[in-house]
Amino acid sequence: MAQANTDKIEKRILLRAPRSRVWRALSDAQEFGSWFGVQLAGRFEPGARVSGKVTHPGYEHLTFEISVERMEPERFFSWRWHPAPVDAGVDYSKEPTTLVVFELEDAAGGTMLKVVESGFDKIPLERRAKAFELNDEGWGLQMKAIERHVAQAK
Amino acid sequence: MSPRRSSAARSAGLPDSAPVFAALGDETRLRLVARLSEGGRLSIARLTAGTKVTRQAVTKHLQVLAGAGLVRDSRQGRERLWELEPQQLQEARRWLEVISRDWDDALARLKSSVER
Repeated sequence: MAQANTDKIEKRILLRAPRSRVWRALSDAQEFGSWFGVQLAGRFEPGARVSGKVTHPGYEHLTFEISVERMEPERFFSWRWHPAPVDAGVDYSKEPTTLVVFELEDAAGGTMLKVVESGFDKIPLERRAKAFELNDEGWGLQMKAIERHVAQAK
Repeated sequence: MSPRRSSAARSAGLPDSAPVFAALGDETRLRLVARLSEGGRLSIARLTAGTKVTRQAVTKHLQVLAGAGLVRDSRQGRERLWELEPQQLQEARRWLEVISRDWDDALARLKSSVER
């Protein structure tokens, strides 16, 4: 068994682009939406609540909403949200959120991006069951479709 | 994408995860699980060796973990040995794996977007 930690997810990825370019893709709400798969209204700034609709046919009932916490240009970006897609008819405001943190660092050949999402141990069980359900409805497949779309648009 | 599960399997399986997350929300218990996950069956004496935690405290923590179905004990001669019940922990981690894959997919899209 690799680890017993059920509370957080940590990712690192080397992006062959300068930090300024990666920062724009993260901090510009419209550009963020283009790779994340949501249509966002508003700007990312500390304290802002930004929401939007998942854009793909059959998934318009899902909304994406985040509360921006900290932004340090080209270095640090954090927000809180209810992880995984949200059912628009359900009020999740009383539920605990997870914290998503992006950190950018110079690396040979580009930018090392670290993403940590933490706080899963506090999420209520029904919510996790719902996430499974949405996943079973094909959320993962849908995201793959977006990935292909982006690759073709190159 | 995780394997599909029927609604029946979901409703039968998921409520079992509730005490798992509660049981793991403690550093001593997490350490015990980590120690037991290294393999084999261990006595209380082995589990407390090199730590400041008392036998009584460890016994209590193991009972909480056992109540959540994470560990089980068995007798070997005069000794009581503890081992991991890995299935429960896997169930609790499945949800995290689903979200982890969503991040992999999203970051792959970010990568193709900024490297264009």
